[in-house]
Amino acid sequence: MTSEAERWYDDAAGPVVRPYAMTRGRTSHAAEGRLDLIALVVSESRSEEGDPHADTDRALSPEHVDIIERCRVQPTSVAELAADLDLPLGVVRVLIGDLLDADLVHVSRPVPPAELPDASVLRDVINGLRAL
Amino acid sequence: MVFGRSERNKPVIEPVALKILVAGGFGVGKTTLVGAVSEIRPLRTEEELSEVGRPVDDTGGVESKRTTTVAMDFGRITLREDLVLYLFGTPGQDRFWFLWDELAQGALGAVVLADTRRLEDCFAAVDYFERRAIPFAIAVNCFEGAQQHPADMVREALDLDADVPVVLCDARDRASAKDVLITVVENAAKVAAGRREPAAT
Repeated sequence: MTSEAERWYDDAAGPVVRPYAMTRGRTSHAAEGRLDLIALVVSESRSEEGDPHADTDRALSPEHVDIIERCRVQPTSVAELAADLDLPLGVVRVLIGDLLDADLVHVSRPVPPAELPDASVLRDVINGLRAL
Repeated sequence: MVFGRSERNKPVIEPVALKILVAGGFGVGKTTLVGAVSEIRPLRTEEELSEVGRPVDDTGGVESKRTTTVAMDFGRITLREDLVLYLFGTPGQDRFWFLWDELAQGALGAVVLADTRRLEDCFAAVDYFERRAIPFAIAVNCFEGAQQHPADMVREALDLDADVPVVLCDARDRASAKDVLITVVENAAKVAAGRREPAAT
Protein backbone atom coordinates (compact mmCIF):
# COMPACT_ATOMS: atom_id res chain seq x y z
CA MET A 1 0.00 0.00 0.00
CA THR A 2 2.53 2.52 1.07
CA SER A 3 4.93 1.71 -1.71
CA GLU A 4 2.15 2.48 -4.15
CA ALA A 5 1.78 6.00 -2.78
CA GLU A 6 5.49 6.64 -2.85
CA ARG A 7 5.87 5.99 -6.53
CA TRP A 8 6.32 8.87 -8.85
CA TYR A 9 4.25 9.05 -11.96
CA ASP A 10 4.34 10.97 -15.17
CA ASP A 11 5.98 14.36 -14.93
CA ALA A 12 6.84 13.94 -11.27
CA ALA A 13 9.15 11.12 -12.18
CA GLY A 14 11.26 13.37 -14.41
CA PRO A 15 11.99 12.81 -18.06
CA VAL A 16 11.96 9.22 -19.18
CA VAL A 17 14.86 9.98 -21.46
CA ARG A 18 17.56 12.29 -20.18
CA PRO A 19 17.79 15.22 -22.60
CA TYR A 20 21.29 14.63 -23.86
CA ALA A 21 20.57 10.94 -24.42
CA MET A 22 18.67 12.13 -27.48
CA THR A 23 21.87 13.52 -28.85
CA ARG A 24 23.76 10.37 -27.90
CA GLY A 25 25.72 12.38 -25.41
CA ARG A 26 26.84 15.08 -27.78
CA THR A 27 26.63 18.53 -26.29
CA SER A 28 27.69 20.50 -29.32
CA HIS A 29 27.64 20.31 -33.05
CA ALA A 30 29.88 21.75 -35.73
CA ALA A 31 27.02 23.87 -37.00
CA GLU A 32 26.07 25.13 -33.57
CA GLY A 33 27.82 28.45 -33.81
CA ARG A 34 25.64 29.20 -36.79
CA LEU A 35 22.38 28.54 -35.08
CA ASP A 36 21.14 31.83 -33.77
CA LEU A 37 18.17 31.74 -31.41
CA ILE A 38 15.95 33.29 -34.05
CA ALA A 39 17.44 31.48 -37.03
CA LEU A 40 14.51 30.02 -38.92
CA VAL A 41 14.63 26.33 -39.71
CA VAL A 42 12.96 25.24 -42.93
CA SER A 43 12.41 21.63 -44.00
CA GLU A 44 13.62 20.75 -47.44
CA SER A 45 10.68 19.68 -49.50
CA ARG A 46 11.11 16.33 -51.13
CA SER A 47 7.53 15.43 -51.76
CA GLU A 48 8.12 14.42 -55.35
CA GLU A 49 10.35 11.60 -54.17
CA GLY A 50 7.59 9.81 -52.32
CA ASP A 51 8.20 9.13 -48.66
CA PRO A 52 10.49 11.96 -47.71
CA HIS A 53 12.53 10.07 -45.16
CA ALA A 54 12.45 6.58 -46.61
CA ASP A 55 16.21 6.42 -46.91
CA THR A 56 17.21 8.14 -43.69
CA ASP A 57 14.44 6.95 -41.44
CA ARG A 58 16.51 4.71 -39.30
CA ALA A 59 19.04 7.33 -38.31
CA LEU A 60 16.38 9.77 -37.17
CA SER A 61 15.00 9.94 -33.68
CA PRO A 62 11.36 10.89 -33.07
CA GLU A 63 12.63 14.35 -32.11
CA HIS A 64 14.39 14.74 -35.45
CA VAL A 65 11.19 13.79 -37.24
CA ASP A 66 9.23 16.17 -35.05
CA ILE A 67 11.49 19.05 -36.04
CA ILE A 68 11.15 18.21 -39.73
CA GLU A 69 7.37 18.04 -39.49
CA ARG A 70 7.08 21.34 -37.64
CA CYS A 71 9.40 23.14 -40.01
CA ARG A 72 7.61 21.79 -43.04
CA VAL A 73 4.39 23.53 -42.06
CA GLN A 74 6.09 26.82 -41.28
CA PRO A 75 9.66 28.04 -40.85
CA THR A 76 10.27 27.87 -37.11
CA SER A 77 12.93 29.57 -35.03
CA VAL A 78 15.46 27.62 -33.00
CA ALA A 79 14.04 29.14 -29.80
CA GLU A 80 10.49 28.14 -30.68
CA LEU A 81 11.55 24.59 -31.50
CA ALA A 82 13.23 24.29 -28.13
CA ALA A 83 10.13 25.59 -26.37
CA ASP A 84 7.68 23.50 -28.44
CA LEU A 85 9.64 20.29 -28.00
CA ASP A 86 10.36 21.13 -24.37
CA LEU A 87 14.05 20.49 -24.85
CA PRO A 88 17.05 22.55 -23.78
CA LEU A 89 18.42 24.79 -26.52
CA GLY A 90 21.69 22.88 -26.57
CA VAL A 91 19.90 19.63 -27.39
CA VAL A 92 17.80 21.21 -30.11
CA ARG A 93 20.87 22.76 -31.70
CA VAL A 94 22.58 19.38 -31.91
CA LEU A 95 19.47 17.82 -33.44
CA ILE A 96 19.13 20.62 -36.00
CA GLY A 97 22.81 20.21 -36.77
CA ASP A 98 22.18 16.55 -37.63
CA LEU A 99 19.36 17.52 -39.95
CA LEU A 100 21.53 20.15 -41.62
CA ASP A 101 24.20 17.52 -42.21
CA ALA A 102 21.62 15.24 -43.76
CA ASP A 103 20.29 18.08 -45.95
CA LEU A 104 16.84 17.61 -44.50
CA VAL A 105 16.53 21.21 -43.37
CA HIS A 106 18.16 24.49 -44.11
CA VAL A 107 18.43 27.56 -41.94
CA SER A 108 17.63 31.05 -43.09
CA ARG A 109 19.91 33.81 -41.91
CA PRO A 110 21.75 31.53 -39.55
CA VAL A 111 24.44 33.97 -38.54
CA PRO A 112 23.45 36.91 -36.39
CA PRO A 113 24.23 40.13 -38.25
CA ALA A 114 26.96 42.31 -36.86
CA GLU A 115 25.15 45.49 -37.84
CA LEU A 116 21.70 46.87 -37.41
CA PRO A 117 19.34 46.09 -40.27
CA ASP A 118 19.03 48.77 -42.89
CA ALA A 119 16.75 51.75 -42.59
CA SER A 120 13.98 50.33 -44.76
CA VAL A 121 13.65 47.23 -42.57
CA LEU A 122 13.52 49.36 -39.44
CA ARG A 123 10.84 51.52 -41.02
CA ASP A 124 8.87 48.38 -41.89
CA VAL A 125 9.11 47.24 -38.28
CA ILE A 126 7.89 50.60 -36.97
CA ASN A 127 5.01 50.65 -39.43
CA GLY A 128 4.17 47.06 -38.63
CA LEU A 129 4.07 47.78 -34.91
CA ARG A 130 1.90 50.85 -35.42
CA ALA A 131 -0.55 48.80 -37.44
CA LEU A 132 -0.98 46.16 -34.74
CA MET B 1 20.36 30.59 -53.09
CA VAL B 2 18.69 29.81 -49.86
CA PHE B 3 15.36 29.66 -51.57
CA GLY B 4 16.48 27.38 -54.36
CA ARG B 5 15.43 23.95 -53.35
CA SER B 6 11.96 24.45 -52.05
CA GLU B 7 10.67 26.71 -54.76
CA ARG B 8 9.52 24.00 -57.07
CA ASN B 9 6.69 22.77 -54.91
CA LYS B 10 4.96 25.18 -52.62
CA PRO B 11 7.13 28.18 -52.07
CA VAL B 12 7.62 28.61 -48.36
CA ILE B 13 7.94 32.22 -47.36
CA GLU B 14 11.03 32.62 -45.27
CA PRO B 15 10.50 35.71 -43.18
CA VAL B 16 13.15 38.05 -41.92
CA ALA B 17 13.40 37.48 -38.18
CA LEU B 18 14.46 40.25 -35.82
CA LYS B 19 14.69 40.43 -32.07
CA ILE B 20 14.32 42.95 -29.32
CA LEU B 21 15.50 42.23 -25.79
CA VAL B 22 13.49 43.06 -22.72
CA ALA B 23 15.82 43.53 -19.78
CA GLY B 24 15.47 44.76 -16.24
CA GLY B 25 15.55 43.52 -12.69
CA PHE B 26 13.88 40.44 -11.32
CA GLY B 27 10.10 40.81 -11.14
CA VAL B 28 9.94 44.14 -12.94
CA GLY B 29 7.45 42.84 -15.50
CA LYS B 30 9.56 41.63 -18.41
CA THR B 31 7.44 38.59 -19.18
CA THR B 32 4.30 40.64 -18.61
CA LEU B 33 5.41 43.13 -21.26
CA VAL B 34 6.33 40.36 -23.67
CA GLY B 35 2.95 38.72 -23.08
CA ALA B 36 1.06 41.97 -23.61
CA VAL B 37 2.16 42.32 -27.24
CA SER B 38 3.06 38.78 -28.23
CA GLU B 39 0.69 36.90 -30.51
CA ILE B 40 1.59 33.71 -28.67
CA ARG B 41 1.55 33.05 -24.97
CA PRO B 42 5.15 33.69 -23.92
CA LEU B 43 7.14 30.56 -24.53
CA ARG B 44 9.91 29.40 -22.34
CA THR B 45 13.15 28.06 -23.61
CA GLU B 46 15.80 26.64 -21.39
CA GLU B 47 19.51 26.56 -21.63
CA GLU B 48 21.46 24.12 -19.56
CA LEU B 49 24.67 25.65 -18.46
CA SER B 50 27.73 24.09 -17.13
CA GLU B 51 29.01 26.34 -14.42
CA VAL B 52 32.59 25.20 -14.50
CA GLY B 53 34.82 28.23 -14.61
CA ARG B 54 31.95 30.63 -14.42
CA PRO B 55 32.10 33.48 -11.98
CA VAL B 56 29.16 32.38 -9.90
CA ASP B 57 28.21 32.09 -6.28
CA ASP B 58 30.87 30.76 -4.02
CA THR B 59 29.92 27.17 -3.63
CA GLY B 60 32.33 26.77 -0.75
CA GLY B 61 34.40 23.75 -1.64
CA VAL B 62 31.83 22.07 -3.82
CA GLU B 63 34.15 21.01 -6.59
CA SER B 64 31.87 18.91 -8.69
CA LYS B 65 30.66 20.11 -12.05
CA ARG B 66 27.16 21.42 -11.80
CA THR B 67 24.66 22.46 -14.35
CA THR B 68 22.08 25.15 -14.00
CA THR B 69 19.03 25.67 -16.08
CA VAL B 70 18.31 29.21 -17.16
CA ALA B 71 14.91 30.02 -18.55
CA MET B 72 14.27 32.72 -21.10
CA ASP B 73 10.74 33.77 -21.91
CA PHE B 74 10.00 34.99 -25.35
CA GLY B 75 7.17 36.07 -27.57
CA ARG B 76 6.55 36.59 -31.25
CA ILE B 77 4.90 39.29 -33.32
CA THR B 78 4.29 38.60 -36.98
CA LEU B 79 4.40 42.08 -38.50
CA ARG B 80 4.04 40.88 -42.04
CA GLU B 81 4.10 37.56 -43.76
CA ASP B 82 7.79 38.13 -44.35
CA LEU B 83 8.73 40.01 -41.18
CA VAL B 84 8.71 38.53 -37.70
CA LEU B 85 9.78 40.19 -34.49
CA TYR B 86 10.82 38.14 -31.47
CA LEU B 87 10.90 39.56 -27.97
CA PHE B 88 13.26 37.96 -25.49
CA GLY B 89 13.05 38.55 -21.79
CA THR B 90 16.56 38.36 -20.42
CA PRO B 91 17.24 36.19 -17.39
CA GLY B 92 16.66 38.36 -14.36
CA GLN B 93 19.54 37.36 -12.17
CA ASP B 94 22.87 39.07 -12.54
CA ARG B 95 24.70 35.81 -12.47
CA PHE B 96 23.43 34.93 -15.90
CA TRP B 97 25.02 37.89 -17.62
CA PHE B 98 27.15 35.72 -19.84
CA LEU B 99 23.98 34.44 -21.45
CA TRP B 100 23.13 37.94 -22.55
CA ASP B 101 25.92 37.98 -25.08
CA GLU B 102 24.16 35.35 -27.11
CA LEU B 103 20.82 37.07 -26.72
CA ALA B 104 22.22 40.47 -27.57
CA GLN B 105 23.99 39.34 -30.71
CA GLY B 106 22.13 40.70 -33.68
CA ALA B 107 19.45 42.32 -31.53
CA LEU B 108 17.71 45.31 -33.03
CA GLY B 109 17.57 47.04 -29.68
CA ALA B 110 16.50 46.62 -26.11
CA VAL B 111 13.92 47.75 -23.61
CA VAL B 112 15.18 48.27 -20.09
CA LEU B 113 12.20 48.00 -17.80
CA ALA B 114 12.57 50.00 -14.64
CA ASP B 115 10.69 50.10 -11.36
CA THR B 116 11.18 53.43 -9.62
CA ARG B 117 11.06 51.72 -6.25
CA ARG B 118 14.08 49.65 -7.22
CA LEU B 119 15.77 51.72 -9.85
CA GLU B 120 19.17 50.27 -9.02
CA ASP B 121 18.00 46.92 -10.37
CA CYS B 122 18.35 48.17 -13.91
CA PHE B 123 21.78 49.81 -13.56
CA ALA B 124 23.47 46.64 -14.76
CA ALA B 125 21.30 46.36 -17.86
CA VAL B 126 21.84 50.02 -18.78
CA ASP B 127 25.56 49.57 -18.36
CA TYR B 128 25.53 46.44 -20.49
CA PHE B 129 23.77 48.02 -23.46
CA GLU B 130 25.80 51.23 -23.24
CA ARG B 131 29.06 49.32 -23.38
CA ARG B 132 28.00 47.28 -26.36
CA ALA B 133 26.44 50.23 -28.15
CA ILE B 134 23.11 48.43 -28.44
CA PRO B 135 20.30 50.97 -28.90
CA PHE B 136 17.94 50.87 -25.94
CA ALA B 137 15.14 52.77 -24.29
CA ILE B 138 14.10 52.92 -20.65
CA ALA B 139 10.50 52.02 -19.96
CA VAL B 140 9.38 52.88 -16.46
CA ASN B 141 6.75 50.36 -15.48
CA CYS B 142 4.19 52.32 -13.52
CA PHE B 143 3.17 49.92 -10.81
CA GLU B 144 0.02 50.76 -9.00
CA GLY B 145 0.78 52.31 -5.69
CA ALA B 146 4.28 53.29 -6.67
CA GLN B 147 5.00 56.96 -6.67
CA GLN B 148 5.16 58.21 -10.22
CA HIS B 149 8.40 59.88 -11.07
CA PRO B 150 8.73 62.11 -14.07
CA ALA B 151 10.84 60.67 -16.85
CA ASP B 152 13.44 63.38 -16.34
CA MET B 153 14.09 62.30 -12.77
CA VAL B 154 14.61 58.73 -13.93
CA ARG B 155 16.98 59.93 -16.63
CA GLU B 156 18.99 61.83 -14.09
CA ALA B 157 19.04 58.99 -11.58
CA LEU B 158 20.28 56.59 -14.23
CA ASP B 159 22.76 59.13 -15.60
CA LEU B 160 21.59 58.49 -19.15
CA ASP B 161 22.85 60.09 -22.30
CA ALA B 162 20.45 62.66 -23.68
CA ASP B 163 19.63 60.52 -26.70
CA VAL B 164 18.34 57.55 -24.69
CA PRO B 165 14.54 57.70 -24.67
CA VAL B 166 12.74 57.36 -21.35
CA VAL B 167 9.04 56.52 -21.42
CA LEU B 168 6.46 55.62 -18.82
CA CYS B 169 4.47 52.48 -19.47
CA ASP B 170 2.07 49.92 -18.16
CA ALA B 171 3.64 46.57 -19.00
CA ARG B 172 0.25 44.85 -18.84
CA ASP B 173 -1.29 47.09 -21.45
CA ARG B 174 -0.94 46.09 -25.07
CA ALA B 175 -1.04 49.60 -26.51
CA SER B 176 1.45 50.81 -23.95
CA ALA B 177 3.83 47.91 -24.59
CA LYS B 178 3.50 48.52 -28.31
CA ASP B 179 4.49 52.17 -27.84
CA VAL B 180 7.55 51.07 -25.90
CA LEU B 181 8.64 48.83 -28.76
CA ILE B 182 8.07 51.58 -31.31
CA THR B 183 10.23 53.88 -29.20
CA VAL B 184 13.01 51.29 -29.16
CA VAL B 185 12.93 50.73 -32.91
CA GLU B 186 12.76 54.46 -33.66
CA ASN B 187 15.78 54.94 -31.47
CA ALA B 188 17.56 52.08 -33.23
CA ALA B 189 16.79 53.72 -36.57
CA LYS B 190 18.22 56.99 -35.32
CA VAL B 191 21.34 55.29 -34.02
CA ALA B 192 21.75 53.38 -37.28
CA ALA B 193 21.41 56.58 -39.30
CA GLY B 194 24.02 58.23 -37.10
CA ARG B 195 26.44 55.38 -37.63
CA ARG B 196 26.00 55.48 -41.37
CA GLU B 197 26.79 59.16 -41.54
CA PRO B 198 29.40 59.70 -38.86
CA ALA B 199 30.22 63.13 -40.24
CA ALA B 200 26.64 64.35 -40.01
CA THR B 201 26.42 65.49 -36.40
